[in-house]
Amino acid sequence: MKLHIKNGRLIDPANKIDAQQDLFIVDGKVAGVGAAPAGFSADRIIDASGQVVAPGLVDLSARLREPGFEYKATLKSEMQAAVQGGVTSLVCPPDTDPILDEPGLVEMLKHRASKLNQAHVHPLGALTMSLKGEALTEMAELTEAGCIGFSQAEVPVTDTTVLQRALQYAKTFGYTVWLRPQDAYIGRGGVAHSGPLASRLGLSGVPVMAETIALHTIFELMRATGARVHLCRLSSAAGIELVRAAKAEGLPLTCDVGVHHVHLTDADINFFDSNARVDPPFRSQRDRDAIRAGLLDGAIDAMCSDHTPVDDDEKLLPFGEASPGATGLELLLSLAIKWADDYAAQHAEAAPLQRALARVTSDAARVAGLDAGKLSVGCVADVVIFDPAARWTLEPSALASQGKHSPFMGYELAGQVQATIVAGHVAYERNAR
Amino acid sequence: MSHIDPQNLDAEALYASLLEQVKAGLSGAHEPAIVGIHSGGAWIAERLAKDLGLESRCGVLDVSFYRDDYANKGLPMDVKPTDIKFEVGGATILLVDDVLYTGRTTRAAMNELFDYGRPARIMLAALVDRGERQLPVAADFVAAHTRCAPGTALRLKQEDEGRRFTLTIE
Amino acid sequence: MLNPQLNKHGELQHLLSTEGLPKAIINQILDTASSFVSVSDREVKKVPLMRGKSVFNLFFENSTRTRTTFEIASKRLSADVINLNIQASSTTKGESLLDTIDNLAAMHADMFVVRHSQSGAPYLIAKHLHDTKQNHVHVVNAGDGRHAHPTQGLLDMYTIRHYKKDFSNLTVAIVGDILHSRVARSDIHALTTLGVPEIRAIGPHTLLPGGLEQLGVRTFTNMDEGLKGVDVIIMLRLQNERMNGALLPSSGEYFKAYGLTPERLALAKPDAIVMHPGPMNRGVEIDSAVADGPQAVILSQVTFGIAVRMAVMSILAGTQG
Repeated sequence: MKLHIKNGRLIDPANKIDAQQDLFIVDGKVAGVGAAPAGFSADRIIDASGQVVAPGLVDLSARLREPGFEYKATLKSEMQAAVQGGVTSLVCPPDTDPILDEPGLVEMLKHRASKLNQAHVHPLGALTMSLKGEALTEMAELTEAGCIGFSQAEVPVTDTTVLQRALQYAKTFGYTVWLRPQDAYIGRGGVAHSGPLASRLGLSGVPVMAETIALHTIFELMRATGARVHLCRLSSAAGIELVRAAKAEGLPLTCDVGVHHVHLTDADINFFDSNARVDPPFRSQRDRDAIRAGLLDGAIDAMCSDHTPVDDDEKLLPFGEASPGATGLELLLSLAIKWADDYAAQHAEAAPLQRALARVTSDAARVAGLDAGKLSVGCVADVVIFDPAARWTLEPSALASQGKHSPFMGYELAGQVQATIVAGHVAYERNAR
Repeated sequence: MSHIDPQNLDAEALYASLLEQVKAGLSGAHEPAIVGIHSGGAWIAERLAKDLGLESRCGVLDVSFYRDDYANKGLPMDVKPTDIKFEVGGATILLVDDVLYTGRTTRAAMNELFDYGRPARIMLAALVDRGERQLPVAADFVAAHTRCAPGTALRLKQEDEGRRFTLTIE
Repeated sequence: MLNPQLNKHGELQHLLSTEGLPKAIINQILDTASSFVSVSDREVKKVPLMRGKSVFNLFFENSTRTRTTFEIASKRLSADVINLNIQASSTTKGESLLDTIDNLAAMHADMFVVRHSQSGAPYLIAKHLHDTKQNHVHVVNAGDGRHAHPTQGLLDMYTIRHYKKDFSNLTVAIVGDILHSRVARSDIHALTTLGVPEIRAIGPHTLLPGGLEQLGVRTFTNMDEGLKGVDVIIMLRLQNERMNGALLPSSGEYFKAYGLTPERLALAKPDAIVMHPGPMNRGVEIDSAVADGPQAVILSQVTFGIAVRMAVMSILAGTQG
């Protein structure tokens, strides 16, 4: 199909483009940027006047809840949510049921996802069998089945020797290990940031130490093994400072933050609102400020949605009993724009939207080792067309995802996806008949 | 008794009249006691008790917990303690209020008294009866009858540390 | 977000915490309570205020003591009392908390007295009642996790007011496991609102939560230092679980460093009062000589507790929602 997207403001952070430029797509690939390729004649023209045309978003963490958790959400609903959120590539963690530790499970997931013809799904394989932190998984087989890296999801490895060996083994093949820096014991059972607010509310706390102690361990193991690590969901100023130093030292690491943590603090728990129950917890204002600064200077490489659908039965509970998680696929773009808007409001620097988009496209793709998140000629045509100024109110009915819980519920957000194109085919259109 | 214009009520003169009536009415009574209803009734009761030598058998009553308008109005902000130190059972109790109006306060006060014990007799003394009864309640001793305009209240105030009473219309 | 305890007229709709409870309302509760104290002294210990109303005691965490005092308070207000002991366990898949509330509200419950092991549980209930427009139903928090025990906080304030009259020149020390104590938190908030100039928390580091300084509390790990010149000592109960969680080695060592003995009591002001929310662990946090001594007002707290709970319930039941 030959697609011509005209009159849009093209923002392609990878190629540093932010200009009125048309986009030309042929046979699922970008064929021309600005000028039409020779002999091009469009089968369909999309008029993107007043909109932004950008690479489709690359989400480094989205739980699709299949296999195993179909009562919370299904592949179908969450993949629909992804394209409605403008996400064209997503990485899913291995904490499904059963755990993604067998090549057959990975193949099946990839197969089912590809049949839906929506976002490209890139699973992370489990680092250890059943995530138990004891036996290694067949990392080579899993990679062949389609895994782009290996992770322990939210389950820290308690035996440091096992973690060391897993990193050594991954290093053997050049695989990246995705780790949440979280001590296995400190803050265990905690549900909120350890601080004056949690003390006042009588909630079990997770101290910043739980993150920094784990980071120190990971960095030591990286020095010893040379393995490449991607750190998932940094949450604290102290943690980000350690990451900055480790990067300066030359350790092969990248890191991300959940997009909710760019905006919210522990104060957003208000009167025990379980929509604010997330892992890692929302921390203090200073931690949030450090997250924003880290996104600016590159200490933090990318933002992800950390999409975690939780159903009513597990959220309408006292705070400490509620399941952690918030819906995110359909908020990633708006929350990235919100960061750009807040940032532009505070600093006079140029190009906040381009920088914000980079953190959810080209930078995210770089972290995941994916050839995605950019609109260079010859690339797979994954595109999102959105109206950066359109405002919408977050309500359960506005979401395709079955995850209807978010601390932003009821908020008005800016930025609405008008169309999402995956491999040159229009996977979602807001005003489709 | 004929009606006096509420503007012309002389509280001190009314008190003197009430004292005379009560003195006569309580003479020979069995185990007499005086209970005043907060706040105006309580002030009058204290003065009566002093003037009649019944200070050891004087109590004060707050009817907040027995009012019939709790469902509509809730508890008032300024509930005061009820303090009755003498034995209610078998006593002749003079219940004292400043202004007798619908009769509901009197009913509440009587209900509360009965939760303390079974009095031999209850008599009601009021400085002013402004009529418009909504319950079958009558005072035994009244110093003046009057009629007030709707929506106005008649209030007893005390000055000079309780030595002087005045009545005002609000 | 609006304070969920107050309705839009600023009246008390639910009692969830002493934090954010306006001083005027605290004083109204204490003043009303003093009228109820005299009710308990007379022949007929009842008033008809809550006649025909149903109070449901919803205890998800076991407590015979607290439940009993609420039951007595409800009955003295002439209310009908229904006791529900629901042992909450993560393994028992029973009815959800909100489903339980909906069912009971359908049985025309007027008031829920709720004790739960999770901080914030009564807020979930209050929000649900608000969202389902059941504003005639009121919630009294009888203790939620570590967060709050507002009726205990209020009866502690009543006790202090009874013996000390003026809050504005007091030094109050709270001793023990403040980390896990909802009573300590409720006391701290109420004391601050009532203008107590110095509040001290005394305990080992393992039992002192972070963030106390932000609440205006001075912390002491040395009990002798902490008790110097104090007017009120509130002793907290030490639970056995603390020895299991590597927070303390033994109750014996705890008593040596933090037990209230007559010698330690002598460091406080000579007319200092000793309080305890109960039940006491004699020989663990408090010496029997002190518990039975002239400065202990622990039994008064129990008596006042009934009056304070009657005051809270009658004020709530009178609010139009």
